Amino acid sequence: MSQINPFKSSLVRITIAYVLLFGLSVSIILGLIYWSTIVYTTNQTDENISAEIQALSSVYAQKGYSGLAATLSERVRQQRPGDSTLYLLTDHNFEPLFGNISGWPKVAYDKDGWLDFRLDDLLDENGGEFSARARTFEVENRFNLLVGEGMKDLRNLRELVTQALIWSLLVTVVLGLLMGYMMRSTLRSRLTAINSISREIMKGDFRQRITTKGSGDEFDELGDNLNIMLERIENGVEGVRRVSDNIAHDLKTPLARMKNKVEELHRKFDIDSPEHKALDNIVAEADGLLATFNALLRIARIEYSEKRKEFGSVEVDALLEDLLELYEPLTEEKNQRLNVLTIEPVTVLADRDMLFQALANLIDNAIKYTPADGQIEISLIDADAGAYLEIADNGPGIPAEEYDNVVQRFYRIDESRTTPGSGLGLALVSAVLRVHQMQLTFEDNNPGLRVRVGLPKLVQKKGSAAKT
Amino acid sequence: MNSLKMKKNMIHVLVVEDDQETASYIVKGLKECGHNADHAADGREGLLMADSTEYQVIIADRMLPKVDGVTMTRTLRGSGNRTPILMLSALGDVDDRVAGLKAGADDYLVKPFAFSELQARIEALVRRAEPESPDTVLTVSDLEMDLLKREVRRNDQKIDLQPREFRLLEYLMRHSGQVVTRTMLLEKVWDYHFDPQTNVIDVHISRLRGKIDKEFDVSLLHTVRGAGYMLSEPD
Repeated sequence: MSQINPFKSSLVRITIAYVLLFGLSVSIILGLIYWSTIVYTTNQTDENISAEIQALSSVYAQKGYSGLAATLSERVRQQRPGDSTLYLLTDHNFEPLFGNISGWPKVAYDKDGWLDFRLDDLLDENGGEFSARARTFEVENRFNLLVGEGMKDLRNLRELVTQALIWSLLVTVVLGLLMGYMMRSTLRSRLTAINSISREIMKGDFRQRITTKGSGDEFDELGDNLNIMLERIENGVEGVRRVSDNIAHDLKTPLARMKNKVEELHRKFDIDSPEHKALDNIVAEADGLLATFNALLRIARIEYSEKRKEFGSVEVDALLEDLLELYEPLTEEKNQRLNVLTIEPVTVLADRDMLFQALANLIDNAIKYTPADGQIEISLIDADAGAYLEIADNGPGIPAEEYDNVVQRFYRIDESRTTPGSGLGLALVSAVLRVHQMQLTFEDNNPGLRVRVGLPKLVQKKGSAAKT
Repeated sequence: MNSLKMKKNMIHVLVVEDDQETASYIVKGLKECGHNADHAADGREGLLMADSTEYQVIIADRMLPKVDGVTMTRTLRGSGNRTPILMLSALGDVDDRVAGLKAGADDYLVKPFAFSELQARIEALVRRAEPESPDTVLTVSDLEMDLLKREVRRNDQKIDLQPREFRLLEYLMRHSGQVVTRTMLLEKVWDYHFDPQTNVIDVHISRLRGKIDKEFDVSLLHTVRGAGYMLSEPD
């Protein structure tokens, strides 16, 4: 999980999308509240102003100028702090006569006959910067009356809503990120559990199962489904194993009996008789068949084995020395040079006999395919990047496109069909190395083949103690 | 077969094997070689027979009805019976072998096997059961091996051997007069249980032969066709 690029992690993307969506919905809701509040307040103001003008015009109609002036002064006097109704009475030249603002606003009417103006210059008291909205009316060509409303409340409201919007967005983002993080770590821990089990299974341990919480959530469902799938696969693998065992029993045994009977017969004939020779061939054929059966069964058993628990520490250098000592006379007989370049001490966790078998097959192949007078180079290197064993020959090599194929059972490159062999040697090597988690790679040795076996080192108490 | 003609002490063998065919093949073969063999069809019968008669070798199949081969071996060892046991099995895996040997079996042979392999192993087991000679010198005809000085002489002529050649010759000399198979040599001299694709052992034998036989009139190290090798006194 941890090796996933955060920009590729779908959990990160889900978190980001979640935060964006949540933020957007909060903005829309607050925007709507803001908008409807402003509209409502403005309408309210407009109605108030219109009503006031109606009232004042009727006062004038009844009581004339003096009545109007008295009412206006009464209104202004009765104003409490916070009330923001504006009044201005001017003569026909717009020279102020009476009111609570200092001058007629120098702005044009809008299409509905309203004046929208800044109040800063026209107000005696301090009030800061805010706008106002007013309606005017002409009194018999002699006076002009302005009734308006300072928009201080509206400004406060706007500020309030804007702040609320900013804070809610901030809280939304923080909470969203937090929730996303929590969601991600919860999902991650569930997914990591599934992933690590999958990796164990890929290594060949089919008995592993994903643990479910029993809460019946989606992950439990996924886990249950995967477990059912694994059950099926395991049954399949088990089936293969059973079939293999049946082949072992049902085909090997009669073949062995047949061979035994031929051998019995064989003993009855004189060594130099033609019958003896013919039976010799039959025995050799039967032996070849049995060897193929055994190799196949062995590969199958190794592939599905859970042997790792029984592995012990094996000194590869000592094992290699034994191996070279065993095979060296064979190279001498073919007049090949066996050059041991380096053998460094390497200890691995392995089954000694299995590893010996795998390496023996590799060396045997090198000897078999390298022509007489050829050269085979061996090195066992304990590098910082990892230990490895290399066997390089200058034989015909393997074409690069065949590297994956040669480890398949019974696969033989066309050129090598004439050389003796079952086509199972490298398959066995590959199976053995796989249970050991050792890497088998081929390279071109120009000319020839370079086989490399990566050896996962056993952490040695002695070595590491000396280094630290 | 060469080994058939060898004058040899009769070996009394108990064959515990449920498969009638395999059992009769083994019993018949042993009798043809001049040995004496009894047959038990299951583990319980095998235990009874092993208790009542003194056998020199017991051949036990690993999978047996009633009492399996491993349990039978463990029971026999538990009751103080030290008769060499050769375990037979269709399972050739290392842990199967280890399980057999841990239970107290002395050798392990994977089915199917060549009769010569079985015969060679039985004879080696009987030889081993005899008290190990405290000799520090092994002798076959005019070939002498001094185990203390780690020296080999033939006809008083010193022969230089590599350490492995020395071990190979020592094993052959300890089993002189017996057929020793290639697998036995790999297991006992090289100490690896594996299946060489080529007959690597033959090359080692021919090297050894070059050192101990080549310059002498009489050959001591013989190839037994279809079986293995034998170091023996000249007739």
